[in-house]
Amino acid sequence: MEVSRHWRLQAQRYQLVGETCDSCGVKLFPPRDVCLECEAPAQELYTFTGLGEIYSYTTIYDAPAGFEHNAPYMVALIKLEEGPLVTAQLTDMDPSEAQIGMPVEMVTRKLRTDGEEGMIVYGYKFRPAVKELTAV
Amino acid sequence: MNVSIIGLGQTEVKEMWDTSIRHLAWYAIEAALDDAHISKVDALYVGNMLSGELSQQNHLGALVADFAGMRGVEAVTVEAADASGGMALRQAILAVKSGLVETALAVGVEKMTDQTGSAVTAAMAYGLDADYEAMQGLTLAGMGALLMRRYMFEHGLDVADFAGFSVNAHANGAANPLAMFRNRLKPERFASAPLVADPVNLFDMAPAADGAAAVIVTSREKAMDMVPQPVEIAGSAVATDTIALHDRRDVLWLQAAATSVQKALAQAGVTTEEIDLFELHDSFTVLAALSLEAAGFAGRGEGWMLARDGEIGRNGRIPISTFGGLKARGNPMGATGMYQIVEVARQLRGQAGECQVEGAKVGMAQNLGTNGATAVTHILRVAE
Amino acid sequence: MNAYNPTNGLMKPDRPVGIAGYGAYVPRYRIPAAEISRMWTGGTGGVPIKEKAVNGLDEDVATMSIEAARNAMIRAQINPQEIRAVWVGSESHPYAVKPTSTIVAEAIGAVPNTQAADWEFACKAGTEAMQAAIAFVGSGMARYALSIGMDTAQGRPGDALEYTAAAGGAAVLIGPADESLALIEGSYSFVTDTPDFWRRAHADYPSHGDRFTGEPAYFKHVLGAAEALMTAVNRTPADYRWAVFHQPNAKFPERAAQALGFAPEQFKTGLLSPRIGNTYSGSTMIGLTAILDVAEPGDRILMVSYGSGAGSDAFDLQVTERLLEARGRAISTEGYIARRTEIDYATYTRYRDKLKM
Repeated sequence: MEVSRHWRLQAQRYQLVGETCDSCGVKLFPPRDVCLECEAPAQELYTFTGLGEIYSYTTIYDAPAGFEHNAPYMVALIKLEEGPLVTAQLTDMDPSEAQIGMPVEMVTRKLRTDGEEGMIVYGYKFRPAVKELTAV
Repeated sequence: MNVSIIGLGQTEVKEMWDTSIRHLAWYAIEAALDDAHISKVDALYVGNMLSGELSQQNHLGALVADFAGMRGVEAVTVEAADASGGMALRQAILAVKSGLVETALAVGVEKMTDQTGSAVTAAMAYGLDADYEAMQGLTLAGMGALLMRRYMFEHGLDVADFAGFSVNAHANGAANPLAMFRNRLKPERFASAPLVADPVNLFDMAPAADGAAAVIVTSREKAMDMVPQPVEIAGSAVATDTIALHDRRDVLWLQAAATSVQKALAQAGVTTEEIDLFELHDSFTVLAALSLEAAGFAGRGEGWMLARDGEIGRNGRIPISTFGGLKARGNPMGATGMYQIVEVARQLRGQAGECQVEGAKVGMAQNLGTNGATAVTHILRVAE
Repeated sequence: MNAYNPTNGLMKPDRPVGIAGYGAYVPRYRIPAAEISRMWTGGTGGVPIKEKAVNGLDEDVATMSIEAARNAMIRAQINPQEIRAVWVGSESHPYAVKPTSTIVAEAIGAVPNTQAADWEFACKAGTEAMQAAIAFVGSGMARYALSIGMDTAQGRPGDALEYTAAAGGAAVLIGPADESLALIEGSYSFVTDTPDFWRRAHADYPSHGDRFTGEPAYFKHVLGAAEALMTAVNRTPADYRWAVFHQPNAKFPERAAQALGFAPEQFKTGLLSPRIGNTYSGSTMIGLTAILDVAEPGDRILMVSYGSGAGSDAFDLQVTERLLEARGRAISTEGYIARRTEIDYATYTRYRDKLKM
């Protein structure tokens, strides 16, 4: 049974909590404690907005164990509006809809279950940005 | 470098249902020992990625040393995902170069077929960032697909534009009796192959299979006394990049590959123009293009043109995948890097048979782990 | 039945409270009732609704609750650390034992200084949680409490319920009256032991009493609660601009509304079941969010839930000026309903995990 390896990442998986570099100000996701750009300590937490666009994408037909149930599914590199890329599944869309540059937004979905009896792992995925924001 | 190759061994690459991982390693070791006319070495480096996951067997150093009749010898497993093979040779070179070890054997071995199906796909993704890539369902092929899609987007290409790499690999593999695929590939069929991870299809991606290859190294002086045709290690360099594609400064630039090539060229005192052949890590066609660019054989976004223009063939400007490459020879993950070394050395010895690149004097091999997170570059040269 | 005085049954907190934020969620997929009918009756006979909402493979009550809760938080614009209760009412919690509510609380940043619990009372688990939240805030124990009604309801293949059992729901953040988009005048609960619908432990699908679910169950409790509440607050249907009832199909809520004396223009806006199905614990609450998306300051709303087993919770609400600025901050209920992808029965069986693999 896998438990703690997912539990300890809940802030990242549920809320896209990354870091800001104290020194050069760059935003980091996933958090890594040492800045990717300037190698200074980066420890200030930063919650990303979850908005971004598709940088690259694929549809996985040959799924690894644990993901067969969802195949085919889409995985993308998402360019977050704060700068970093993040690897995440695309959801609520058909492969034919995807294109590089498409605006997407973060949602929380089931990533995988640890077998029939194990825990359900939830985390970020991205879907086409829902434009409608005003009452009808 | 003052380190030379005195023995080469390799098995066929294919599904070997009746052969265990220890037997695979032994067959390659036995061939290399025979080639060098010796029966023992002072240290053994076993390059392997997946034995723990697929065969429930770790501690290959001791296991293989014992099985190969070298009980008691210093031995250890070297792991760097699909760069494990190249990295094992690197450790053997360091050992000999240090003077603490006189003769070292590096063997790359991978037993892919102890499990089947989605378990193997999952295992192949063990070299990815487990928390931030694999948990999103990304696979090794998916990673190749993300690279390929972006490459196609930035350079305005179609899937068919990558066909030249696989056509070349299969043409060379057809002449290699040890290759997994010995059929020629029709270019027009390339783009319509079944998808593995869109846009990567079965003809883009190297097939995983069983295999083992081994190389024995010793000091140059000793090598001269032992074998008629020692091949000199002229350059050996390793560099790393982030595992996760999303953490790389530039997704379409293999920085580790570029760094390791520059270092290896400097050690060898040669330029890319003097490289007669290049065994690169064509686990995906796009990776072949990116490797050619990182090594300096093509400008950014132009690596694919070398395939289009026939420059990568046996008589082209920079022959690659001369025994079929990962694509046609087959890709036994942690052994792949060692096959590359054996193949370059055979070219330099003039023992490449139908695959021979005429007059090859300097060859380069580059083994990539997790699509460029680790790059191991070796330059081999005919001993003077 | 014992005699009772509805006025004594009115549940009204000491401190005035209201809805500080609300959010809906409807998944993207729809299966037309005609497609289900094609499978089981050869397309003959009437269907109870036009189509129902179906959750995707990676959705469950936790993920759907998170999205509705996030919408409520966006509208309320409060610090999640000030929430003292996160309550999720559902009959399809992802775990048999392990709270859905902690997952939601974690995702919206409300942990750790909060209460969290899951509620279950067939289709009225969400409005029960609302009443408890009203009490939490009304007593002064909490400044904010979040109540959610959400379901991914299952109907046995071929059963009448399969046409309507749907996925969706809403989140309602209860807060002090002066921060409210809609004031809550009071609520009233009407409960008896009436076994019209149930699901035994370990059963995949619920069982029901067929026509017994009508008069002695749905209508008795919905009408009982609505009439008692209106008596207690001294109002008549004419005082309400909007009314919303639990909607297991299209017909029941319409009949209940008309029996009480409500006209179609009062109940049509909140009647979503013809287009999304019966979202169980979410059903009444998402009807309310659809009304809040269009209501005007001063409008009164009557909301009456129903949960099998059985009982109804009735609420009296009045919209404030604050609704006008808040509602545009998040996706509207109709916005979610318009986000529609039709699926066939084969896809539906896969998405609803009915395929044995």
